[in-house]
Amino acid sequence: MEKEFKHIQTAHCENGVATSLLRYHGLDFMTEPLVFGMGSGLFYIHIPFLMVNGGPAVSYRSMPGWIFSRASKLLGIKVKRVKFSNEKAAQDFVEEKVRQGIPIGCQVGVFNLPYFPPEYRFHFNAHNLIIYGKENGRYLVSDPVMEGVTTLSPEELNKVRFAKGPLAPKGHVYYPELVPQVSQEQIRKAIVKGIRKNSRDMLYIPGPIAGVDGIKYTANHIRKWREKLGVRKAGLYLGQIVRMQEEIGTGGGGFRFLYGAFLEQASAYLQNDELRNISDEFTKAGDMWRESAIHMGRIYKGRMSEQKDYEQSADMLMDIMAVEKEAFKKLHKLNLKY
Amino acid sequence: MKKENLPQDQSALNGFTREVCYVKDENGTYTTGLSTGWDVKKDALDNAWDDIHERVNEAREAVKRGEKSPIYYFMELRLMDLPVLSGYTGFWRMTIKRHFKPQVFKGLSDQRLAAYAKAFDVSVDELKNFKG
Repeated sequence: MEKEFKHIQTAHCENGVATSLLRYHGLDFMTEPLVFGMGSGLFYIHIPFLMVNGGPAVSYRSMPGWIFSRASKLLGIKVKRVKFSNEKAAQDFVEEKVRQGIPIGCQVGVFNLPYFPPEYRFHFNAHNLIIYGKENGRYLVSDPVMEGVTTLSPEELNKVRFAKGPLAPKGHVYYPELVPQVSQEQIRKAIVKGIRKNSRDMLYIPGPIAGVDGIKYTANHIRKWREKLGVRKAGLYLGQIVRMQEEIGTGGGGFRFLYGAFLEQASAYLQNDELRNISDEFTKAGDMWRESAIHMGRIYKGRMSEQKDYEQSADMLMDIMAVEKEAFKKLHKLNLKY
Repeated sequence: MKKENLPQDQSALNGFTREVCYVKDENGTYTTGLSTGWDVKKDALDNAWDDIHERVNEAREAVKRGEKSPIYYFMELRLMDLPVLSGYTGFWRMTIKRHFKPQVFKGLSDQRLAAYAKAFDVSVDELKNFKG
């Protein structure tokens, strides 16, 4: 049974690997927004005291790996995951899958990823790509954030699979082992459950640092940064927030547009117009995140640097929080049927 | 964001790829668009790199002045921090911090130097003889 693997470019790498692999296994309805929504991908968290590349650790999405796991669980798909302590065994495993003609997802670090733009090669270890074959001694690679397919030599692949540091991939590979027929009802059920979980997480996760409350936590910090860190460092911190929010992989607006697209598709599946209206609110939130990025950009570009400018940044975040809180409350209250 | 407003600015992505963004078409329906980059985030990335270059230069000066060992310099050069370097070498963070001291560095065994050299992708000689 030779099926042809098709490269699909997506905004986000994990969604992309999930979408491509599931479509390869016959789930033709699968789209990036659906994976993201079923996997309750939207999130916000500001982890205190932790520094990433010399800036605050904020994230606009769920933990790496969770989106695919949650989505496939809801659809009754079994995903096999393997990690390795031995580099040789890790390579043998990939060789075997290539021989069997089974495309597999692969977690890698980007610091040594040769086809990545050099300016983007930081020690970030939760990038995902697909190995779907081997030609002339090089692995055929479908990296969802790239426009086209690419290749890696066995040594290059080995190096990125065994990148070290936080979230070290340890050769992590994964692939759907059992993909059953998925009925329309199951799709609707997965959508509804994804929405319920996502609104619960964003509204009611305990503590001040995560969910919609996390946005307030960041806002309160921003008010103090200028005095505490000085203009230069405060600017770098704001830059870090913008990068996490807008960098390649987010689809723009800190994944909010992606979630809006999901609700739009959900509205069609569930024949529910209210979902379409709430989708517009997430579009609005995404637009507000982008305006906030422009404002922060003026600060780190040095065009403005007074305390009131930082206050305004914080106020903008508070407005975003209000919009998202309202939208998720509406989602939470919807009595969705599947 | 509307599709026609999707920024197409110069960025570090140029020559490598364009990125997928989720945008609205003329009917207000979601679709995807490809963007070459956006100045706002290019500035953020440029700032981050300016900061990195500055830190690398400071580290070089510190080695020159005899305040820090080459390990500190190469850690900055390779964009690493203690958790990452600890991951690559297997040494504890506290141990690595001690190795930042030029006096301690001088006494390091070849085996330990080799672990660092491998992590930094340089030869042991380059590491040993780096004077800033």
